[in-house]
Amino acid sequence: MHKKEELRAPVSQKPHVVEKPENIDTIGGTVTLELNEKKVTVPLGTTILDACKENNIHIPTLCHHEDLCVAGVCRLCVVEVEGMRTLQASCAYPITSPIKVHTSTPMVRQARKHIIDLLISEHYGECYSCFRNNNCELQSLAKEYGVDHYNFGHIEKPRYEVDKSSYSVIRDMDKCVLCKRCVRTCIDLQEVGVLEAVGRGDQTRISTFLDKPLADVVCINCGQCINRCPTGALRANDPRDEIWEAIDDPKKHVIIQTAPSPRAAIGEEFGQEPGLSYTKEMTTALRRIGFDKVFDTNFTADLTIMEEGTELILRLYKALVEKDNSVKVPQFTSCSPGWVKYLEHFYPEYIDNLSSAKSPQQMFGALIKTYYAEKNGINPEDIVSVALMPCSAKKFECNRPEMHDSGFKDVDYGLTTRELAQMIKEAGIFLPEMPKSNFDNPFGEASGAGLIFGATGGVMEAAIRTVYELITGKNVEDFFENMNVTPVRGFEGVKYAELPITEVGPVPDILKPLVPNWDWVKGATLKVAVVHGTANAKKVMEDIKAGGKFSECHFIEFMACPGGCLGGGGQPIPTNKEIRAKRAQAIYNEDESLTLRKSHMNENVLRLYEEFLPEGPCSHKSHKLLHTHYTERGKYIA
Amino acid sequence: MTTNKQKREGAVIFSEYERGSAIKKALSMGRDDILFELRESKLKGRGGAGFPTSTKWMLVAAAKAEEKYLICNADEGEPGTFKDRVLLLEYPELVFDAMVVGGYTLGAKHGVVYLRGEYEYMKKSLEDYLEAMRKDNLLGNNILGKEGFNFDISIFLGSGAYVCGEETALIESMEGQRGEARNKPPYPVNTGFMGMPTAVNNVETLAAVSHIVVKSGAWFKQHGTDKSTGSKLLSISGDCKKPGVYELPWGTKISELLELVGAENTKAVQVGGASGICLSRSEFDRTLAYEDAATGGSIMIFNENRDMLKVLKNFMEFFVEESCGQCTPCRIGNVKLLEGIEMIERGEYTFSYIKKLKDLGNTMKVASKCGLGQSSPNSFISILDNFSDEIFNNVNGGSHA
Ligand SMILES: Cc1cc2nc3c(=O)[nH]c(=O)nc-3n(C[C@H](O)[C@H](O)[C@H](O)COP(=O)(O)O)c2cc1C
Ligand code: SF4
Ligand code: SF4
Ligand code: SF4
Ligand code: SF4
Ligand code: FES
Repeated sequence: MHKKEELRAPVSQKPHVVEKPENIDTIGGTVTLELNEKKVTVPLGTTILDACKENNIHIPTLCHHEDLCVAGVCRLCVVEVEGMRTLQASCAYPITSPIKVHTSTPMVRQARKHIIDLLISEHYGECYSCFRNNNCELQSLAKEYGVDHYNFGHIEKPRYEVDKSSYSVIRDMDKCVLCKRCVRTCIDLQEVGVLEAVGRGDQTRISTFLDKPLADVVCINCGQCINRCPTGALRANDPRDEIWEAIDDPKKHVIIQTAPSPRAAIGEEFGQEPGLSYTKEMTTALRRIGFDKVFDTNFTADLTIMEEGTELILRLYKALVEKDNSVKVPQFTSCSPGWVKYLEHFYPEYIDNLSSAKSPQQMFGALIKTYYAEKNGINPEDIVSVALMPCSAKKFECNRPEMHDSGFKDVDYGLTTRELAQMIKEAGIFLPEMPKSNFDNPFGEASGAGLIFGATGGVMEAAIRTVYELITGKNVEDFFENMNVTPVRGFEGVKYAELPITEVGPVPDILKPLVPNWDWVKGATLKVAVVHGTANAKKVMEDIKAGGKFSECHFIEFMACPGGCLGGGGQPIPTNKEIRAKRAQAIYNEDESLTLRKSHMNENVLRLYEEFLPEGPCSHKSHKLLHTHYTERGKYIA
Repeated sequence: MTTNKQKREGAVIFSEYERGSAIKKALSMGRDDILFELRESKLKGRGGAGFPTSTKWMLVAAAKAEEKYLICNADEGEPGTFKDRVLLLEYPELVFDAMVVGGYTLGAKHGVVYLRGEYEYMKKSLEDYLEAMRKDNLLGNNILGKEGFNFDISIFLGSGAYVCGEETALIESMEGQRGEARNKPPYPVNTGFMGMPTAVNNVETLAAVSHIVVKSGAWFKQHGTDKSTGSKLLSISGDCKKPGVYELPWGTKISELLELVGAENTKAVQVGGASGICLSRSEFDRTLAYEDAATGGSIMIFNENRDMLKVLKNFMEFFVEESCGQCTPCRIGNVKLLEGIEMIERGEYTFSYIKKLKDLGNTMKVASKCGLGQSSPNSFISILDNFSDEIFNNVNGGSHA
């Protein structure tokens, strides 16, 4: 039985799944049923759908998604259970008795065919002008069931206006099949809850609060709904046309920075197994497309660690030594724009806990149109700065009005992994066969610490690698085998770790202006937490509000998306736990293959400080370019 | 609001009953004895599905949980039904006493009457009635001196959607959600209101329970047929001289009923409301019974002057409107059936398409998520089958236009 406080979705959409017994070997732990005349034994409470999967029986589904609670609304997965008058939705039927199931009777096949016919009759959209063409569950179902004409007619006119208000997510409800995956994603997985079914009968549709445009509600732009929508009803706001135009304009100097997660997933768009990195093939492809320079966002991830790590040390010093009450601890990471907006809406009173350090994307933007432009004698006005991101919220982030610290729009376009793959295809390139090449300097060299930003726990691990060494003067390998800070790795929704600081070294030069010595941290225990998915963030924030254990933390990493950026709203579709785990593995493998794995050892970062920010991290100039502020938004939209 | 022109009192529900007597009797019996009497009576749910009441109560009684609930389903949304209203207005003791008996038998502390939104005007008088019961210790703590037996009843006003009468949608609506049917299993008897074991019973089912407790299961099953024991309250409407609420024993023939209510030149009888089936003259010797023509209470009579296609169109418009819209077969299927009717009206149809729609109807019956979509094609299929001459010949004559 569900636990009421855990999920906010209506009970009709909650997992009414009988909990599987912990030890299935106990008496009554399993049940033997007949699946198409074959006896199979499964743990009590397994759904018919899962039992079929285990036994290689394919059942078509549409509303079911393994990340989400059960809906049982599309009815495509129906099967016959002997003795029952009606067909049963296999995704929603927990097996608790020795039933006999038939998955392909004439009645079942007819029902499925009818359901597909019905969905298509109401579906307004042409596959060739749809971004889900060839990767659409409705289209695949039509093919699987050999639909070759409209059995029940076909809608001829659009019924809804496309909502293009958001910088991140576009909603085209004419393509919606009302599977409610987006609703369940938004309310259960993300605890945001901006989408809901309204109306009854044939007037049912997915809507926002008071039918407002998405830009005007509490949407955090995470795009998780896009990743789980089976059709083209939800898509990201696509800047390809503008980027092509810039590339084709000889006056423009078009640069692209590439975040760590896209490279670990883009192969999927080219039919490759999840879990393979195409970093160096991608850099070549980007040059062939026509980008003038191809940079690595991991460089500014390293820079973020320098700034955010220093900020953390400063905060702790002020709070613990100087007893300055105005300084807020724990410090929250701020590199996930979905998380930032979530906090601005739902916990605006905690804005001062957010690190003022910009995200790597925005630090990059500020440097490109200042440092890089100066260094290379390019008029910043002619620079078009593109950010390849796994994320739909990054599109919103680069459009935040305050992100103009270079004197220009710091980042012009956020481009998702999916959209870049599309551009590569348009250029006639098959990515996996590209020759390898490196990133361009001066932002080409980056550490593994910057790379692992892509996985949940990565920012924390990168910060620990640096902060530990700065404080102890020793190698992080002395504390963590092979430099892998395993306590903050893995896919648990909330991770908590205590890291004792047993010894301290001399204060490194770069921090000398800020702290006199390390005596105050000696013997202290650094308490950290790592959180991904805003539903988990909510749990932690509520705990902090209640003065629970997380309020005692010093530093907390929050990522809006399940799995961290590698599960971002701009990543290849589909997504599921297995795919996300493989992408994470790709990232950690690449980190381990690098020699440079600590942000503060990145020579180019250190050179940047020397040449451009001589006063060091968190100095006046770095504050102007590399730090930002936030907006109290609140939950209630006027 | 229709006024009750007629009320025919039969031998079971409307038989003699003294307020509080079922409670008194029940408290002197063991719970098992009450369940035994119910099983003896072979009482089946009067809300439409016809599930054995004793089984439902046994399941809830046997469930182990901190809380249990008994809900009286007074949503009465089926077009053409008003018998639950008559019971609540004129015989509240039958319904409320049975709820107290239920609380005792199931081990529930809370009873809720889910009252149809349109019946709001009754709320005050029902609450006054409950208050009087409290005064007489028929509700509250240690009811009638039974140490530790605490039970109270509250009234929840429904939201006006037909589907909210479906028991799981009703529970959703009580929990403050959109009224949408849940996935089953699990059933409310083990995961109901607030996740707790819950018995949902129709008003009339409960009224029967009060009589059974006082007069025994054996007495009850003397009435009706072997498989359909007791009597049925029928809300009779349409083309007849004496519409109203009738109590008739199960097993009554349609033809007998027509005579009783003064129906003449009857062409069609819709048994079971919009979601029921439509019988033509050749079937008037069928009987009202779970095993034959089952009904939750609605009987609509149509005489020769009625246009059956229009009748059908009304039903289908109702379903298109009342579908909660969550599942595909019902949300879109009903629209397709309605469009089919409109095609026939315009004379723009092929028989092969009508056949396709009937097949679709059969899919809806088995693949829809709840009883609404599972029963909405009944009238479509039965009217097109039973009145095909009229409907399709008329088209040729162009009289629907
Ligand atoms: C669409 C729909 C509407 C229903 N409306 C009612 C109703 O108004 N009153 C009622 O008692 N049962 C209604 N039911 C039946 C209930 O789901 C449930 O079976 C009944 O309340 C159980 O009580 P019983 O066992 O005493 O009949 C409805 C079912 C469906 C599918
Ligand atoms: S959503 Fe799918 S079926 Fe619809 S137009 Fe797009 S690709 Fe085609
Ligand atoms: S982008 Fe995220 S917050 Fe916005 S509607 Fe989608 S799931 Fe909800
Ligand atoms: S928008 Fe997409 S995910 Fe949401 S209900 Fe429609 S089809 Fe499903
Ligand atoms: S059958 Fe109709 S009323 Fe019932 S769940 Fe499906 S759409 Fe809703
Ligand atoms: S996949 Fe089971 S009902 Fe949709």
